[in-house]
Amino acid sequence: MIVFTLNGIGQRLDVDPTLRALDVLREHCGLTGPKEGCGTGECGACAIWMDGVTRLSCLTLAGQLHGRAVTTIEGLADSWDENEATDTTDQPPLHPVQTALAERGGVQCGYCTPGMTMVAAELLRREPNPDRAAIREAVSGNLCRCTGYHKIVDSIEDAAETMRKKR
Amino acid sequence: MPLFLPTDLSETLALLADHPEARIMAGGTDLLVRLRAAGRTPGTLVCLERVAELGRIEALETATGPAVRIGAAATITDLLRSDTVRQRLPLLHRAASAFAAPTVRNAATIGGNICTASPAADTLPALHVMNASVELASRRGARILPMPHFVTGPGRTALEPDEVLTGVVVPVPRIFTIHHFEKVGQRQAMAIAVVSLTAMLAVEDGRIRDARLAWGSVGPTIVRCPEAEAILRGSRLTLTALTEAARAARRAVAPISDVRATADYRRQVAGNLLLRLADLPGRKPGS
Repeated sequence: MIVFTLNGIGQRLDVDPTLRALDVLREHCGLTGPKEGCGTGECGACAIWMDGVTRLSCLTLAGQLHGRAVTTIEGLADSWDENEATDTTDQPPLHPVQTALAERGGVQCGYCTPGMTMVAAELLRREPNPDRAAIREAVSGNLCRCTGYHKIVDSIEDAAETMRKKR
Repeated sequence: MPLFLPTDLSETLALLADHPEARIMAGGTDLLVRLRAAGRTPGTLVCLERVAELGRIEALETATGPAVRIGAAATITDLLRSDTVRQRLPLLHRAASAFAAPTVRNAATIGGNICTASPAADTLPALHVMNASVELASRRGARILPMPHFVTGPGRTALEPDEVLTGVVVPVPRIFTIHHFEKVGQRQAMAIAVVSLTAMLAVEDGRIRDARLAWGSVGPTIVRCPEAEAILRGSRLTLTALTEAARAARRAVAPISDVRATADYRRQVAGNLLLRLADLPGRKPGS
């Protein structure tokens, strides 16, 4: 039995522990945010957090989730504490990285976006004021075939500024 | 299929002794890709990620001087964030910063990089030039092997089926004034080295007192070239001496042609990378 929390909710799964975490999250937990791009760790589309650290769910086994706090793109907004206090609309809350990507044209086809967002949000939690080189380094394991990356880096810079103001 | 997650070393060794069919998994960034490519299910796995004593990085004193002991399950991210590694083993820090990308570094371990034994492994040349040794353990006992005796070929090591690599001990280089690592790849992030050069030089009063050189991706395992090192030793650090050493290096390497580069290209670049030592940033020409 694999026991872990997923976006803050306790899970008990009776599955083969050598299945990929990516498949278990998508097929058993119904969360299709983590995407399979390459399945070999090259593209970053499957990135999730395990205990707050970015991990590639295609190269993580289900059994490795045991005892961990797992966050996917579906639960990322809740990890940003400011949302509860400030959100007064009917829209589902977004993490500042999500808002910035949407507003600055950092999303085109969207396939890389969940992984890109998880990696960027982890960077901003560790390093509130990264320069562009640090942002590019942080997302260097995430492939995007649409945007050419500039607008993604712009978006992450914007999100960093938003988050610094709210802190 | 069972996946064991032992939390201490004795439990790990007992599992390996009791499950001869088991494979050891550290970060999984090589193993899981290889198994999937071969269309195989993982089978019995013993995962090292929760063995706390294998994750430590510590400075220590040995009979021959200061050293750093790195637990086999320390991740590449752990290496990058370790002040001990950055200050005492700058070459390993450089290799870690050129390693894949942060997403992979968060899982990949130094022990995994050693045991995968790829000729292109990013941390291996640094470990070779610093004369590192690996620590191995099984229920039969522990042993220690110098790096070149452990990695015996591409994907081949001296690890016995019931053994686990527990750590690597790296003597702190003391007399060396130049620590250089350069990786030529098809892009900066995520690139498997086409050729890499790792060099440590001890330059005193303009002369090279000692030189240690290692190349990646130009032979079945890491390539050292004692002849090139001998040419540099006692010479001034000039383009003339480096050109002569580069000729020796091109004779010493044994590259293959593959999807990333031809053997001829690798041989040429293996020598060329040495010439870079003549104009490293912060050095005046000929000094």
